[in-house]
Amino acid sequence: MLMNSLRYRLLSGLFLLMFYPSFLLAADAIQGDVTRQSVNVTAITMFLIFVSATLGITYWAARRTKSTKDFYAAGAKITGLQNGLAIAGDYMSAASFLGISGLVFASGFDGLIYSIGFLVGWPIILFLLAERLRNLGKYTFADAVSYRLRPLPIRSLSACGTLTVVVLYLIAQLVGAGKLIQLLFGLEYNFAVVIVGILMILYVTFGGMLATTWVQIIKAILLLLGASFIAIAVMYQMNFSLETLFASAVEVHDKGLNIMSPGGLVSDPVSAISLGLALMFGTAGLPHILMRFFTVPDAREARKSVFYATGFIGYFYILTFIIGFGAIVLLANNPEFLDPETGGILGGNNMAAIHLSKAVGGEVFLGFISAVAFATILAVVSGLTLSGASAISHDLYASVLRHGEVLEGEEIRVSRIATIVLGVVAIFLGIIFEQQNVAYMVGLAFAIAASVNFPILFLSMYWRNLTTRGAFFGGSIGLITAVLCMIFGPTIWVDIIGNTEPLFPYKHPALFSMSAAFISIFLISKYDKSASAREEVIAFEDQYVRSQTGLGAEGATSH
Amino acid sequence: MQHLYRRIYADPEFHELEQKRGRFSWLLTSILLLTYFTFILIIAFAPEIFATPIIEGRIITWGIPAGLFVIILSFVLTGVYVIRANNEFDHLIKDVIAHARKHADE
Repeated sequence: MLMNSLRYRLLSGLFLLMFYPSFLLAADAIQGDVTRQSVNVTAITMFLIFVSATLGITYWAARRTKSTKDFYAAGAKITGLQNGLAIAGDYMSAASFLGISGLVFASGFDGLIYSIGFLVGWPIILFLLAERLRNLGKYTFADAVSYRLRPLPIRSLSACGTLTVVVLYLIAQLVGAGKLIQLLFGLEYNFAVVIVGILMILYVTFGGMLATTWVQIIKAILLLLGASFIAIAVMYQMNFSLETLFASAVEVHDKGLNIMSPGGLVSDPVSAISLGLALMFGTAGLPHILMRFFTVPDAREARKSVFYATGFIGYFYILTFIIGFGAIVLLANNPEFLDPETGGILGGNNMAAIHLSKAVGGEVFLGFISAVAFATILAVVSGLTLSGASAISHDLYASVLRHGEVLEGEEIRVSRIATIVLGVVAIFLGIIFEQQNVAYMVGLAFAIAASVNFPILFLSMYWRNLTTRGAFFGGSIGLITAVLCMIFGPTIWVDIIGNTEPLFPYKHPALFSMSAAFISIFLISKYDKSASAREEVIAFEDQYVRSQTGLGAEGATSH
Repeated sequence: MQHLYRRIYADPEFHELEQKRGRFSWLLTSILLLTYFTFILIIAFAPEIFATPIIEGRIITWGIPAGLFVIILSFVLTGVYVIRANNEFDHLIKDVIAHARKHADE
């Protein structure tokens, strides 16, 4: 019982935490002891329906997945709207759904700060990266970077960046998944992690990008419908008046009027800017997100997909805000959802959206939302695994090891093996990290994406004088800086290792690691006088024309 | 393909187009960055601005519409970009490519 209570204390904070380390500040709110839920039959039935449907799709997709292009990029035949939904499905994790609504439930307005940080990266991706990336690349973002730079060092570095981001993200997702499923479905932690791991291996190995895309699309639609229903039900009870919603929330919340204003979640300006940079440019460097741009036939559809994705994600964050406030009004005084000992909500703040679904829609709707939360995790981990596997098979194996001389079937086979290996490693790590604080991992993943992947991708497209040496060493410096700042910062050095003073004072390293990467890439490229550097600078013009016009870009295959 | 790239790079119309598009993307990027970092820095330095009720005596504070504004602005700006890029810019690109192809055949 003691173990259990400890576990749920950890869990309550976890979903906020896996979202971003700053959630540490918010995690100390209402907590409570909870016994594991009894096996939830409705939820499991609905989840089984989802799993059978997606396995059916995987079977259908497997029969259509023949070439490497099918496997990595769904044949580049996904439409802008479909890809927009899939991107939204990839991006709206269980952490955003439960974590942000839980954060709004705990501290009101502050939840909005995070939603906005996660959203504003999207327009930037559209304005600066999407179409050039689509015009230059084939399957991974490293294709675009190594268009004129030497593939060996560039792909090795990109694969390093990709795999670090993917593994950190996977661990955080799987540990979160295990705990959530334990709580929602009453299943054992290890059992839950293994189920998620096996399903993601099945989707990706057999169905490749096509199956992964459809799993993400279906999940995005279910999540948007479910969240809309909760939000509308809340507004219905408030006579569709925001003033009534907020006024009723202020009346019952411990913090009273303070939930209507910023509450110190972001305090000093350096942290604020650093966090802002990580959220914004981290999104633009996430390999599983960048990979989605190769699934559409051309730049035109790539642009449309960001437009739709931004709309869906923005709408979703507005819903989570209403859901969080709805939870304050409808749950805070309802003994059914409160822990009799502590007076806090059962299972911690992150259960706010889940309990609210029961309060507005009864047992059946609770089952539906629980199944959607499970589906959400599956969709996110599948996208991550596919992107990790492509880094291994496409960047490392086919390009670095075999210098591009590899048969189609062989590359897909390697990718499938890589998927299985990555999946097994992820399950294994998920089980090992059960009792660890994995909160910092998503934060670190965003910081690395912003300090390695984003700078080399951005500069390769925008700066003529970038050379291989500059990109390789500068990118590596960005990677090392991000990791070191994180290890010696308050999150790991003090909170996890237990030292009293951090060696690096800020929780968010992005401002420093991004600057380190950009400055060193600039200086090293500038003083790179090698013959290959000269050729790379000359090759910029061809690359520039292709990136702007799409002439010669990879198009959709016709079967 | 390379000779086409060279030809297009030498075409002043191409540079006119890419400069126009570049200015447009950076303009939208600056609008967004400025709005977002203003929002973040108000939270860091002057949170009382967002804590003030819009109507004296009511509950809704300026922070709520400010936050919604950033979300809606992100969506609107992406829409504006897509409309112009998918129509005006794409047509210009088609012309530039057709022009280069025609001269390549001569």
